[in-house]
Amino acid sequence: MNCSVVKAAGYVLVHTPDMILHNGTTQTTEKITNPDSEYLKKVPEHIRPYEEVVNYAPNQAYIGNITPEELKGYEMPWYDKDVPNSNRFGKFGEIMPQDEFIGLLKISDAFDLVKLEKEFVKVIKEKLSAHPFFNENDLAKIKEGEELSEIEVQVKDHHAEAIYNHGKLVGCVKKAHEIDVNLNAHVMYENLVVKASGILAFKHLLHNNKIDPAEIEYVIECSEEACGDMNQRGGGNFAKAIAESGEAINATGSDTRGFCAAPTHALIKAAALVQAGVYENVVIVAGGATAKLGMNGKDHVKKGLPILEDVLGGFAVLISKNDGVNPILRTDLVGRHTVGTGSSPQAVITSLITAPLDKGGLKITDIDKYSVEMQNPDVTKPAGAGDVPTSNYKMIAAIGVKRKELERKDLGSFVEKHGMPGWAPTQGHIPSGVPYLGFAREDLTEGKLNKVMIVGKGSLFLGRMTNLFDGVSIIMERNPGNIEEKVTGASKEEVKTMIAEAMRDFASHLLKE
Amino acid sequence: MSILDNKKVIIIGDRDGIPGPAIEECVKTAQGTEVVFSSTECFV
Repeated sequence: MNCSVVKAAGYVLVHTPDMILHNGTTQTTEKITNPDSEYLKKVPEHIRPYEEVVNYAPNQAYIGNITPEELKGYEMPWYDKDVPNSNRFGKFGEIMPQDEFIGLLKISDAFDLVKLEKEFVKVIKEKLSAHPFFNENDLAKIKEGEELSEIEVQVKDHHAEAIYNHGKLVGCVKKAHEIDVNLNAHVMYENLVVKASGILAFKHLLHNNKIDPAEIEYVIECSEEACGDMNQRGGGNFAKAIAESGEAINATGSDTRGFCAAPTHALIKAAALVQAGVYENVVIVAGGATAKLGMNGKDHVKKGLPILEDVLGGFAVLISKNDGVNPILRTDLVGRHTVGTGSSPQAVITSLITAPLDKGGLKITDIDKYSVEMQNPDVTKPAGAGDVPTSNYKMIAAIGVKRKELERKDLGSFVEKHGMPGWAPTQGHIPSGVPYLGFAREDLTEGKLNKVMIVGKGSLFLGRMTNLFDGVSIIMERNPGNIEEKVTGASKEEVKTMIAEAMRDFASHLLKE
Repeated sequence: MSILDNKKVIIIGDRDGIPGPAIEECVKTAQGTEVVFSSTECFV
């Protein structure tokens, strides 16, 4: 079996302080149900400045400046500690400030729906001109900007979605249709945010790893938004839109959905497409969700913390044909939560963790690291949702004890050795299994690890179509280095040559006789 | 005898903890209980 490899990964965050209040559903719901609430009044006092967001240890881990092992060395809580020598840019990507991202929204806008104020345009054009990825052509797409009064009219009278920067109206996203709810300003705003943050991740993947975009043949987008009109809600397709902006001229693509499990579904699909020889290079990519900004904000404010869900997340990963170097994706060792699996934790862990292990004759302890739901516990613990990765590791360890592959007394050390602290923002699909792919590629090449498992889970019941939840997993391992050459049959020309030679031999025999 | 015997029960499960349907199965083993609401929430 000639597996595909994880060749490179890119990860980005975007600090979006104003979008917390104006676009996060916890806050927008509160505005509707309790507009004079104390919480809404307090939100602005709990917003972190950009520098604090850059210095925040989990964010530095997300873009690759500190490893999960190094993050473990920081005592929790993390929000009140700065990482020394932290940087906006990391080996995997960057943490982009809001104003530049608003400029990127305009660059990503193919239908002239984003309107930005003139003076703001001048500032962001200058800032973006210093960014390594944006050239004159990109900056020209931002145009000259509009008068503030025109934007105010759009927001007030035409249902445009306002864009704020540090509390000031600086632009808007117009509705894309008079009556179509799937093209209204709110939906267009969310979709443009996904597209723009996906583009940023895609560009980091290619740029930081010196990958020619023309070599990408297929893109799978796996976020949680849906683009389409009233005749085909969710018709798609973010993938091709991102590929277009990333100048992947030879690529097509499609969107894969599965709530938070979608990135791992996409990873398995990409691995299969490459292994089957359909495509040589497939990128899986996702942008971030404005709706989830400040999702647990009420608890953070109640406890006097900053609102820690203040960033959008994005990632892009390149899956390529076996190069004999990068870690391989074992498509023969895939776990899946099926319709008949059931919902008990034991059934879930069995289907996602031990089923693929059993297929490969492996024990729970044969996997060096499990990448599960890597949500940052700094965010979830104060909100009462606990430490999600640690809970997952404890469940895996408990099944290990039940299978007699682990002593009960070693439960704690299993979590320590085979687990990692969560460092990803609670952006649904973003923390689900995939945040580790970049580090895993390193750990399974230059590092000391041999096998890791990527696990994605999704809450399908939120869509009200089924009570089921979902999950898939795949084992990724160090490349043994032996690339199997595909054995092909003889070509038509070769067959002709062989027949001709046989005929000549036969004729020469006859002549001799 | 269980603390849930003859009680009406509201279940709120957690996707990454114990989901609603799993709790429901346990509750059903108590006598005379009625599950009036069961849901699984996702906090992340």
